Amino acid sequence: MPEDSPGAPNSPNHTPEVAMEDRKETLRKISSERWRIAIILSVCMLVIYFGFILLIAFDKPLMGSLITDGLSLGILLGALVILSAWVLTTVYVRWANRVYDEKIAQLRSKP
Amino acid sequence: MNPVQTSAPATALGNVSTEAIVFFFVFIAISLGITYWAARRTKSTVQYYAAGHGITGFQNGLALSGDYMSAASFLGIAGLVSLSGFDGLIYSTGWLVGWPLIVFLIAEPLRNLGKYTFADVVAFRLRATPARIAAAIGTLATVSLYLIAQMVGAGNLIKLMFGLPYEVAVVIVGCVMLLYVLFGGMLATTWVQIIKAVLLLGGALILAIMTLWSFGMNPIALFQAAVHKYPAQNVLAPGKLVSNPWDAISLGLALMLGTAGLPHILMRFYTVPDSKAARTSVFYATGFIGFFYLLTFILGFGAMVHVGQSVISSIDKGGNMAAPLLAESLGGTAFLGFIAAVAFATILAVVAGLTLSGAAALSHDLWVNVVRKGEVPESEQLKVARVASVALAIVAMILGIAFKGQNVAYMVGLAFAIAASANFPALILSIFWKKFTTGGALWSMLFGTIATIVLIYFSPTVQVDILKNASAPFPLKNPGIVTIPLSFVIGIVASLLTKEKSAEEKFAIVEERVHFGADTH
Repeated sequence: MPEDSPGAPNSPNHTPEVAMEDRKETLRKISSERWRIAIILSVCMLVIYFGFILLIAFDKPLMGSLITDGLSLGILLGALVILSAWVLTTVYVRWANRVYDEKIAQLRSKP
Repeated sequence: MNPVQTSAPATALGNVSTEAIVFFFVFIAISLGITYWAARRTKSTVQYYAAGHGITGFQNGLALSGDYMSAASFLGIAGLVSLSGFDGLIYSTGWLVGWPLIVFLIAEPLRNLGKYTFADVVAFRLRATPARIAAAIGTLATVSLYLIAQMVGAGNLIKLMFGLPYEVAVVIVGCVMLLYVLFGGMLATTWVQIIKAVLLLGGALILAIMTLWSFGMNPIALFQAAVHKYPAQNVLAPGKLVSNPWDAISLGLALMLGTAGLPHILMRFYTVPDSKAARTSVFYATGFIGFFYLLTFILGFGAMVHVGQSVISSIDKGGNMAAPLLAESLGGTAFLGFIAAVAFATILAVVAGLTLSGAAALSHDLWVNVVRKGEVPESEQLKVARVASVALAIVAMILGIAFKGQNVAYMVGLAFAIAASANFPALILSIFWKKFTTGGALWSMLFGTIATIVLIYFSPTVQVDILKNASAPFPLKNPGIVTIPLSFVIGIVASLLTKEKSAEEKFAIVEERVHFGADTH
């Protein structure tokens, strides 16, 4: 009758304390990953936008130079800034919907 | 390609056209119908401030776009593009790039930590009274400046389009908007925003398609036509808007980070059921707003080619009537009437959203949590919220009339600068920094608000453009580059000087709640 003998180390990984530690560690990991991604993407957006603004401020002739008749480099880059905002947002939302939500849901369902 | 109507400015603008009135009354009738429907459901504060958390991510995405795409961006950017070409793109991009930052850093924590206002998040682990007072000051400063700019814009615009006297226009906007907010709360306001966003995006899209039709749907052919029409003015290259690089960076910072600190935008994240829906709503909002700014760029060039700069600036020096004139030139008086009604609806919706967020700061932050320390029956909370809405609407109308004829363009920039310097740093520090304290929040927000107002006063925007002085003591038009970093520094230094044990301990709860929301542990 091995069951319920107090102190029997049947599965040390499932004591409540260890489960709590596991949960904390998993949360810490997913949390730091979430903020790392957020910060990297934010920095990308800042660099892209201020790169565009600084080019306008420092090199107007370059931004006004024509790529083809009717399209200047500045207009193309401006449209690309808008496009990059969409792309960065999509990257984050896809990651969060697929990876982050799942991990958080797993942690939530644990006791 | 035949440049139409370049002779005398023969336009129906300013005469009350039957079409405009019909479209306008249809919009008013539908929006008041929605308000009636919403009023019957608005019986609690969670309904009044947050539409019962029952708005979906997609709907909130549209409503966020509706809140954000003001008449200033629709008419103002199209006008700026029509008169100076490329430069309009500087504003368009600046007003969009804050949105990705909102979804990366703010939307989900805000939804998970707060209840109705962004002050809920700042005050979460701080001493409620000082933190909420400071946040309410930041909110009310942002909201009132934005309201003045919108009200003055509304008065001028409606006068130009419908020929109504300025004061009458301001009072109409104030009263109709108050009906939405007072009776329908956030639910009615949200649906007004959604309808307005659909109308505005639809109207701009139809107008852009009509513009591009004669150019084989090719924007580059349209740009070519603009170059041929105005060969002396390099319309595809950056013009006068950005000359001093520091000015450009400062404006860019304020536009970008200010977007992430606008109280009426932040409040919208409480209308959705959870943080995932908050995230989804920014995804859609970024898509709609970016698309809208691309359209306004086309409309500006369309007006430049089809209407002509001399006609546009003869009707309004700032070019604000470029898009309506383009509508008239391509689609006749009926289409002009439709676009005029859309512009009116745009103003109403933005003003309603602003008033509701100001009312939330007055009632939820100041009355309920500061004066009554949170012990307030639901019925009293609702009553106070409604009294605050009426008061704000009256103040908005008075300010709108008081600022008649003033140049208020700088006030939108000022509102963004305060949002970026007072609200944004405190919000970020309270979510991410364990050692943030009540003292840090208080000093950072007060400094952000006051320094921004003082520096704008001493900037060329006020000293040279408005007071007509030869020079200004503070060299930059927008103080963002000074005030935003300093607000962060002051928030950090003041926190380090005023250690707050309870705030540090409660950060563990923040770290949980940021991911799980209020419903666990």
